[in-house]
Amino acid sequence: MPPIAINLAYIAAAIFFIFGIKMLGSADTARRGNRLSSIGMLIAVVVTLVDQNILSYTWILAGLVVGGLIGAVAAKRVAMTGMPEMVAIFNGFGGLASLLVGWAEYDKINTLSWTKYAGEPHFTSSVIYLTALIGAITFTGSIYAWGKLSGKLGGAAIVFPGQKFLNGLVFLAIVVLGASFAGKPDLSCAYYILMTGLVLSLTLGFLGVMPIGGGDMPVVISLLNSFSGLAAAAAGFVILNNVLIVAGCLVGASGMILTIIMCKAMNRNLANVLFSGFGSTTQKSGAKTEGEMKPLSIQDAFYVLEAARSVVIIPGYGMAVAQAQHVVKELGEILEENGAEVNYAIHPVAGRMPGHMNVLLAEADVAYEQLREMDDINPTMPMVDVAIVIGANDVVNPAAVNDESSPIYGMPIINAHEARTVFALKRGQGAGFSGLINKLYFLEKTRMLYGDAKATVGALVAEFKG
Amino acid sequence: MSLVLLIFIFVLAAFLGIELISKVPSQLHTPLMSGSNAISGITIVGALLATGANVDGSVAMILGVLAVVFASINVVGGYLVTDRMLGMFHKKEEKK
Repeated sequence: MPPIAINLAYIAAAIFFIFGIKMLGSADTARRGNRLSSIGMLIAVVVTLVDQNILSYTWILAGLVVGGLIGAVAAKRVAMTGMPEMVAIFNGFGGLASLLVGWAEYDKINTLSWTKYAGEPHFTSSVIYLTALIGAITFTGSIYAWGKLSGKLGGAAIVFPGQKFLNGLVFLAIVVLGASFAGKPDLSCAYYILMTGLVLSLTLGFLGVMPIGGGDMPVVISLLNSFSGLAAAAAGFVILNNVLIVAGCLVGASGMILTIIMCKAMNRNLANVLFSGFGSTTQKSGAKTEGEMKPLSIQDAFYVLEAARSVVIIPGYGMAVAQAQHVVKELGEILEENGAEVNYAIHPVAGRMPGHMNVLLAEADVAYEQLREMDDINPTMPMVDVAIVIGANDVVNPAAVNDESSPIYGMPIINAHEARTVFALKRGQGAGFSGLINKLYFLEKTRMLYGDAKATVGALVAEFKG
Repeated sequence: MSLVLLIFIFVLAAFLGIELISKVPSQLHTPLMSGSNAISGITIVGALLATGANVDGSVAMILGVLAVVFASINVVGGYLVTDRMLGMFHKKEEKK
């Protein structure tokens, strides 16, 4: 195929990606959009394979088969509760692939010698370094995020004295090495400089995710998603390929927007999320709490729910941990049969990744219309008979609305405290991710249902059936 | 292709990406993320070229093969898992 035809095919692939992403933005078209974008990918791969520069297919096919099989099996096997770590590790592999592409191109040019290189040596070496840097940070950052999300490495934020200083120092070293590398890519020790920069970038990815705790994971995953796209775009500049630049940049932009949305939903800026080590220490809430937490028996909870005409279920990470989504849905259905209106109020940062709760409830077969966004459900909260909070904490803490001294003051929350009655399902009396005391639990209208969320909801379902 | 032109494409794509995404309902954030993640596997194109256009057994070619493996995990896994997820999102009237 002549180069012009290949480039035209790449443009077609880019158009598929653009429409694909656009259609992912609406529930009716999302599935088709994803398939459209996969067709774009297929076009890009096929035309690349017929590129006249390709000499041998053996290893390409081997790589495609091995990678494709691993990906397919992983996608098929993963439980929906495991989605956050799955997305994290896929991000990481994307970043790693881009990093390897940049490195391979450097090795190729270096072997042929830079003096014979036809392109712009300083530009190419700059973007090679950038690809390695972003790809490496994406890779180790994602692996660490994967470890935290799957519980293999402990989910808590880890802070130590001088951490910011150390990270700053590593970053500075990376920049200095990068400048010297791009300035003289033909230097005999340039390869070592690149490798040192690579190792430091890998370290930085790890160090960067270290001080970020579980509740801030939605921001980190979105940001790493953005980086995986930017790494691909940078690799596109290395090999001067337009489809990598367009597709990579689209992903970079979309990931960045998600990151900003997540930050806004926590009323914090990105720097605060990344560097503050939020949740690593128990912070004190400004005002004293009044009243006490009042427990309620399953039986009494059943009587209240039986009489309720409108119920809002507010899930949080606790529901995911207890894997309670199926039994929650069962309870929702029983309440509906009993004549109540049932909705699910989803906070944008509930759970460990953007949209986490929606995926879990969709898996449990809850209809899309019942999953309501925060801004959509809040005006109706005063008319709600019972708000059932399942394993959510900070996202329903009224201190965010009415306590100016609280660290989370100003964060948009689901106004569970405006409902007539609140049931809070909770494993123990401890605080949430932020370490703050949740004033919701101490309100006159709030009743606590202690225990594992799945067991508690299951017991309620049994009461209705029995 | 000239570098300036490529940078021009990059900038336009960034604005386009921002326009496309800014109004996605939060229900769809996870599939959007995993679907766009699959797109970032486009780096597979670079990986294929690195593998196929370099001499067999050279360092560049070996790096290329590794890149093909990781990129295709990203692409195949990303698209399939997104599709599986979206298959579970459904409207009320479609129930049973």
